[in-house]
Amino acid sequence: MDGRHRLTVLASLLVLAALVAGSAATGLSAPTPPPRRGGVLNFIVSAEPPSFDAHRETTFAVIHPVRPHYNLLVKFDPLNYPQVVPDLAESWRVSEDGLTYTFRVRSGVRFHDGSLLTSRDVKASLDKIIFPPQGVVSARQAAYEMVESISAPDPRTVVIRLKWASPSFLQNLASPFNWIYKAEILERDPRWYERNVMGTGPFRFKEYVRGSHWEGVRFENYWKRGRPYLDGYRALFISSPAAQTAAIRSGQALVEFRGFSPAQRDEVVQALGDRVVVQESGWLCNLLVVPNARRRPFDDARARRALTLAVDRWGGSRALSQISFLGPVGGVMRPGGPYATPEAELQRLAGFGRDIQAARQEARRLLREAGVPEGFEFTLKNRNIPMPYQPGGIYLIDQWRQVGLNPRHVIQETGPYLADLRAGNYDVAVDFTCDFYDDPDVQLAKFLSADRSPANYAGYTDRLLDGLYRQQSRERNPQRRLQIVRQFERRVLSDRAYQYHLLWWRRIVPHWKRLQGYKVGPSHYLEDLEEMWLTE
Amino acid sequence: MLRYLATRLLLVVPTLWAVATLVFVLVRVIPGDIVELRLVSGGTYVTREVIEQERARLGLTKPLWEQYVDWVGGLARLDLGTSMWTGAPVVREIAIRLELSLQLAVMATVVAVSLAIPLGVWAAVRRGTWVDHAVQVFSVAGLATPSFWLGILLLLFLLWTFRWLPPMLFTPLWVDPVANLSQLVWPALAVGYRYSAVATRMTRSAMLEVLREDYIRTAWSKGLAERPVVVRHALRNALLPVVTVIGLEFAFLIGGLVVTEQVFNLNGVGKLFVDAISRRDYTLIQGLMLLVASVYVFVNVGLDVAYALLDPRIRYR
Repeated sequence: MDGRHRLTVLASLLVLAALVAGSAATGLSAPTPPPRRGGVLNFIVSAEPPSFDAHRETTFAVIHPVRPHYNLLVKFDPLNYPQVVPDLAESWRVSEDGLTYTFRVRSGVRFHDGSLLTSRDVKASLDKIIFPPQGVVSARQAAYEMVESISAPDPRTVVIRLKWASPSFLQNLASPFNWIYKAEILERDPRWYERNVMGTGPFRFKEYVRGSHWEGVRFENYWKRGRPYLDGYRALFISSPAAQTAAIRSGQALVEFRGFSPAQRDEVVQALGDRVVVQESGWLCNLLVVPNARRRPFDDARARRALTLAVDRWGGSRALSQISFLGPVGGVMRPGGPYATPEAELQRLAGFGRDIQAARQEARRLLREAGVPEGFEFTLKNRNIPMPYQPGGIYLIDQWRQVGLNPRHVIQETGPYLADLRAGNYDVAVDFTCDFYDDPDVQLAKFLSADRSPANYAGYTDRLLDGLYRQQSRERNPQRRLQIVRQFERRVLSDRAYQYHLLWWRRIVPHWKRLQGYKVGPSHYLEDLEEMWLTE
Repeated sequence: MLRYLATRLLLVVPTLWAVATLVFVLVRVIPGDIVELRLVSGGTYVTREVIEQERARLGLTKPLWEQYVDWVGGLARLDLGTSMWTGAPVVREIAIRLELSLQLAVMATVVAVSLAIPLGVWAAVRRGTWVDHAVQVFSVAGLATPSFWLGILLLLFLLWTFRWLPPMLFTPLWVDPVANLSQLVWPALAVGYRYSAVATRMTRSAMLEVLREDYIRTAWSKGLAERPVVVRHALRNALLPVVTVIGLEFAFLIGGLVVTEQVFNLNGVGKLFVDAISRRDYTLIQGLMLLVASVYVFVNVGLDVAYALLDPRIRYR
């Protein structure tokens, strides 16, 4: 076959493959009706916003009810994670050295009070997050250490200059907490937004009844033509899982965006049948095991390593995913995410191998070497939140007993639990992390030395780790960055075994079929009502 | 009587001050920090500076005595302060929930009284008969059934039978009485049943005691009909312990329906109490404790007045 024929055959095969793929996709998904305007979406939020100012808060409880009143400068595409798309920025340009980001702000965007948005509002909002004035708390100030200055040279341009090129800067800027406020209000009172709402978002604020609900109505002058589809929304604050399930079953709410347990999902599906759709996804949250490196015997890496070696994560994943939203096995980066460690590589880390018998033998050997006696008693400190902490804790206890240890499960309310972790008053603890996007800057920060990361309860200091973190954070070559992340991972999870993941979480969102334009993603912080709509 | 009442009302002030001081100290003994709960418990990375800044803003870095003086100074001006969690005035936080809790307490009390007094009297008058046994079964079952469990059964019954659940949002009675009652009648039944069980037993035993008194025998001997003997002579005297039980149960209902409120997703004082404690919202806990203490104090004063009205032999000096 000559070259021309080969090309023709290859082209034909490609076309055929595309046709097959296309018809398969068509066959799999039912035709989607065109979006419909109207209706009020009732959804559940399991907690209430502590304040209305996302710049100072860290909880989804402020995102779900209040975020629809605001826009961001750039945002994660709600239907196509992790793509960053324009929101109030029409476009942007990054200088070749990666140090200057120039954003073109949309024209004709109005705040809910009728005033026009300019670059001054964007600058004032970002200033509040990155360089907060005295007395103003910004929860994510540390995430923008690389920012040198923000300027607004003309009403439609915002320029952000960085001290060093940060490969994650754009994603970082797309944080769902970076709401754009009105400059004039911030100048008058930088804390005004803690108790008030006024943005440019698709919905205007209507009502908030504490302990009960939050309501928004469509903003008729919204800058994006034809959006939002919904007339309004009502966020119902329901904390009890039983009441949440009942609200969905009775149709008083169509969805709870954070996620249900498998039992709740099954109950809803059984009751509603084909009127409900279940969407599942990986979740940017995980359970961690934290041995106290300030206490014997866990000040010895061999003892810490033995603990991780004793845990059968693959078996745990199969068992625990039936009863909880624990599931995927992964390292420091989310399994299934862009930085996920390939399984072959993951299995080389202590405690992540598939041969659990060999791992447990090794664990027993390490315990003997470290001078830990058979039947050694210690406590596993855990939170009193049933899902998923308690199944995770019980599983760990069982696993450690199989290498001759005798752990005791101590379950505490969140307040004393955090106080004890902070004071180092524990032997081993169950901890967790939850974030809004897959990026080493975010996911690795917890593992920095205790004097650099207040979220590191294990109490160790490791300057090599701190150095690796800094290196990856500034590395613009994705491959090299990934290598540094892998090095970091090996050191934290395996070589020094400072802290390690039990399992990552899996998001389960059952919702009424009436709700359209919603796609579950790996973060419950990224929900966006702009594209959602309701069928008749 | 008036002098007695004035003295009782004056004593309310030191009582509440003692409660306030005790609560102020106790809530600070419980381990846990509102700032960490707020900023760190979500699993997000927050710097130590931010945590310290927030603690300073909430006044938690001040010496304890200074925090106490600030709070008591506020109380003297009838200002309970602002919630450390939400930043809203404590009075507003409580007022939103008190309306629902008060209405639910009143409805549950109506259910309880309208069941307990007739059943208790009937069982006492027909002592040893099937009526007495049936009432005893009814009241023992009520005592043995937790309100929240009965609430769950009611919800499941409504869901399975009518594919309907009570509305989850509270609508004030004067805005839409139908919506209001369709939400609150179910928890009122669940709570009222248990409450009536306590009161039924108390009514029965008090009536049995009174029915053995000489003056009742005299009334029967005079040839009075059953109704005046039971209602006018016996019941009125038997009501004293019953009123005490009803009053104390009513006070309990204002802040004590935590689980039932969760089952029916009611935005009441009990749920607020649990939230405030789990968040270590000191100012809100203090405000709520003062509310509950005040309810108990005033219910007790009310009971004293009721005793005097029911039993002319009681005179306060």
